[in-house]
Amino acid sequence: MLTYLLRRVLYAVPIALSVGLVCFLLVHIAPGDPINAIVPADAPQELVDQIRRDYGLDRPLPIQFGIWLGRVALGDFGLSLATGRPVWSDLSVAIVNTLRLAVAAAMIGFPLGCLLGALAGSLQGTAIDKIAVALAVTGVSVPHYWLGMVLVVLFSVTLGWLPAMGAGPGGSSDWAWDWEHVQHLILPAVTLSVIPMGIVTRTVRGLVAEILNQEFILTLRGKGLSRGGIVLHVMKNAAPNAIAVMGLQLGYLMGGSILVETVFSWPGTGLLLNNAIFQRDLPVLQATILVLAMFFVALNLIVDLAQTALDPRIRRA
Amino acid sequence: MITRSLLAAASLAALLAAAPGAATAQGTIRIGMTAADIPLTHGQPDQGFEGNRFTGIPLYNALVEWDLTRADRPTPLRPGLALSWEVDPNDKTRWVFRLRPGVKFHDGSDFNADAVVWNVRKVLDRDAPHFDPRQVGVTATRMPTLRRAEKIDDLTVALFTSEPDSILPFNLTNLFMASPKHWEAKRAAAPNAEAAWNAFAADPSGTGPFRMARFVPRERAEFVRNDAYWGQKAKADRIVLLPIPEANARTAALLSGQVDWIEAPAPDAVPQLRARGMRIETNTQPHVWPWQPCFVDGSPLADVRVRKAINLGIDREGLKTLLGGMMVPAVGTVQPGHPWWGNPSFQIRHDPAEARRLLAEAGYGPQRPLTLKVQISASGSGQMQPLPMNEFVQQNLKAIGVNVEFDVIEWNALFTNWRRGCRDASARGAHAINVSFAAMDPFFAMLRFWDSKMAPPVSNNWGFFSDPRFDAMVAEARQTFDPAARDAALARLHAAGVDEALFIWIAHDVSPRAMSPRVRGFVQPQSWFVDLTLPFIQ
Repeated sequence: MLTYLLRRVLYAVPIALSVGLVCFLLVHIAPGDPINAIVPADAPQELVDQIRRDYGLDRPLPIQFGIWLGRVALGDFGLSLATGRPVWSDLSVAIVNTLRLAVAAAMIGFPLGCLLGALAGSLQGTAIDKIAVALAVTGVSVPHYWLGMVLVVLFSVTLGWLPAMGAGPGGSSDWAWDWEHVQHLILPAVTLSVIPMGIVTRTVRGLVAEILNQEFILTLRGKGLSRGGIVLHVMKNAAPNAIAVMGLQLGYLMGGSILVETVFSWPGTGLLLNNAIFQRDLPVLQATILVLAMFFVALNLIVDLAQTALDPRIRRA
Repeated sequence: MITRSLLAAASLAALLAAAPGAATAQGTIRIGMTAADIPLTHGQPDQGFEGNRFTGIPLYNALVEWDLTRADRPTPLRPGLALSWEVDPNDKTRWVFRLRPGVKFHDGSDFNADAVVWNVRKVLDRDAPHFDPRQVGVTATRMPTLRRAEKIDDLTVALFTSEPDSILPFNLTNLFMASPKHWEAKRAAAPNAEAAWNAFAADPSGTGPFRMARFVPRERAEFVRNDAYWGQKAKADRIVLLPIPEANARTAALLSGQVDWIEAPAPDAVPQLRARGMRIETNTQPHVWPWQPCFVDGSPLADVRVRKAINLGIDREGLKTLLGGMMVPAVGTVQPGHPWWGNPSFQIRHDPAEARRLLAEAGYGPQRPLTLKVQISASGSGQMQPLPMNEFVQQNLKAIGVNVEFDVIEWNALFTNWRRGCRDASARGAHAINVSFAAMDPFFAMLRFWDSKMAPPVSNNWGFFSDPRFDAMVAEARQTFDPAARDAALARLHAAGVDEALFIWIAHDVSPRAMSPRVRGFVQPQSWFVDLTLPFIQ
C-alpha cells in the first residue's frame, strides 16, 4: 500500500508540470497582453516596454516558465501582476471560501442524490422513479447561472428571506457558522448542488437497479432476509462506485464555479480565476489552476483508497 | 404637563441646532462597484477611473483637484493640496506650486514640499528607495510630461516637465499624495519596498476626507470619516465598498437592501429599479463612445467626405431609445457649451440624404458599395453595450448603402491592438476601431489622437492621423499657459477636428448609478468621479 501511495504521489509531479505548462502556453497563445493588468491601453510604448522589463515579461518564454517553476518548487507563487499582493495570500483565502461552498453543496447534493437514486432504483417504473429521474435530468441540464439568478430574484429580491450576494455581513474574513453567515451560503450552495445531485441520482439509481437484479439478492430474499438487511447489502455493493462518482463531483465543486461565484459575488477560486483571466494575471492564473489540479489528484487518490477500504476485492498493488 | 413636553421638545431642537455636525453626520453608505476587486489603496488606484473614484479621491488628495460639487456645468479644476500654481515665465518647463498649510496625513504627519517631492519620486525616480513599478503604469501615463519635483521651501515646490505643457495641472489630478512617514514605518517592518507598499495598501495614509478602517482583499473596504480633514468634512460616517462585477447581482443586492448604491445598473433593470422606488442618477460624462478611423492610404475613411457621411448616417436618438435613454448623442468629443467646444461648421446630425450625397461624391453608390470593417469588443470597461449598439449603427449605415463587417475580439485584446495602430497585423485590415475613452483632460480628449507624434507605438493615434495644421494647433494648446487662452486654443482644435470628422462620434455615457431613496445629498457631476463627502443616509 505504501508503494502504491508513493507511486501515486510521484504521478502527481508530471501532472503538475503539464498543467503548469499548458496553462502558461494557453495564456501566451491567447490574444491580449498580461501587461494590460498593469498599464492602461493609452500608456506610451516606452513605458510599456520598461514595465515589461521590470516584471521580466520581456524574457524568452522558456526562461519565464523556468523561473516560475523554480519559485513554485520553493513554495513561492509570486506576486499578482494586477494587485502586487502575494498570490498565495489571495489564493488561500479563496480556496477556503470555495471549500466552504463545495462542502455545503455536497452536503445538499450527495445525500439528496443518494436518496432519490435509491428510491428510483428500488421502485423502478413507479411515479416516484419518474419524479426522481425528472429531477435528476433537470439538475444536470439546468444552467447554473440561470438558476442562481432565479433563486436570487425569488428569495432575495421578492421575498427578502436570504441575502443576494457576498460571504457574510462583514466579508469572509470573519466567517462563523452562525445564521448571520450561513444564510449567505444557502443560495449559492443550493445552486451549485443541483448538478452533483442529478449525477449522483442517476448513478445510484443505475447501481441499485442493477444490484437488485443480481442473483445474490434473490438468494438473500429466498433465505428470508428482512427488507432492511437487503437494503444494507445493496448499499454496501453500490458504495464503491457511488463514492467514486461523488469524489469526482467533489473535485469539480472544489474547482469552484466561475458562474455561480460571479452571480453571488462569492470570493472563491472561481471568482479569482474569472478576474485573473480577464486581466491576464498570469501568476494568479497559473497558481490557482495548479493548486486546483493538485486538489483533484489528491481527491482521486483518497477516493481510490476509500474504495479499497470498502471493497477488499479492489486490490491496489 | 403640556408645557413640560413643549419645553423638552424645544430643548431637543435647540440641542440639535447647536450641534450641526452631529445632525449632519449620518450613516453608512454601502456601494456596489463594478470592479471585481477593491481598487489598489496605496495611493495610485488601478481599475481605471472607478479606482480613482473610490479609493483615490476619498482617501487622498492631489495638488489639483476636480470640483465635483455641481451637476450643472462641465467639471472645472480647483485647488487641492496646492493653493495656487503658475508656470515660470522664464522657463516654461518649470511650474511653481504653493502648498496648503496645516494639512496633516491620517497618521498625523505633516503634508509639505518634502511629501510632494517624495510622491513624485515614487513613480518617476527609479533610484528612489520607495520607487514602485506597480504605481508607474497607472500614473506616469496620465502625466506624460512630468519629470521631477524640487523643494523650494516647506510650502513651495517646483515641478519640471519635459517640454512646455499647459496641460500639467489637469494631469496632476491623478497624482495622489501618500504619507512618506507612514510608508517609512511600514518599510522598517518589511523586507523590501514592495512588501512595504503592500503593507501600506492594507493600512493606507493619505490626507483625504475618509480614512481606511477595514480592508478585506477582493471583498470589501470600509472607510470612516476623517474628522481632522482640512476641507469640507464628509456627511456620512462610513463608506463600505463592495466589488460586485456582475450587473444583475448588483441590481439584486440593491433591491434586497444589501447595498444602498450601485454603479452601472443593468439597463434592462432600470424600470424595475424605478418601480421599487430607487433613484437613477445620470449626467453627461466626459466619455466618448466612437469609431476611430484609420487614415492610412487605402482606407475609405481617409476621405473626409466618407467620414462625414458615416457621421450623418447614424440615428443617435434611435440609439438612445435602444439604451433606455442611458446615453447622450455625441456630436463631438465634448458637448456644445463646453469651453473646448469651439464653433464647428460641420453639424453632426441624422441626415441620410446628405450622407448618400457625400458618399456619391466620394464615388460610392449602388454600383460601388462601400464596405467597412470595424474592430469591436463584446464587453469591456466604458464600452457600454458594444454589441447591440454597434449592430444598431450597422443597420443605420446599411440604410445609406454602407456595409459594415465587425471583427469582434475580446476586450483585453482590443485594448492591446489599440496601442499598435491600424497598420499593424493585429488590426486585420480594420478601417475603424471602437474603443471608448475619457475626455476630461485635453491630452486624453484630443491631443493623443490628433498629434502626428502620438502615432503608434507612442500613444493612441491608432489611425495614424497626420496633418501639420493640427500639429500646430496641438502645440499652440500645449504652450498657452493662460487658462482662458488655452481653452480657446483647445476650442479651435476641437472645432477643426469636428469639421474634419476625425472621429465617428456616436455616444457619451451618462454614468448611470442607482440609489436607495435613503441616500441623500448626492450630486452627480459631469465627471467620471463623485464627491463622497456630500451624500449621507437618512
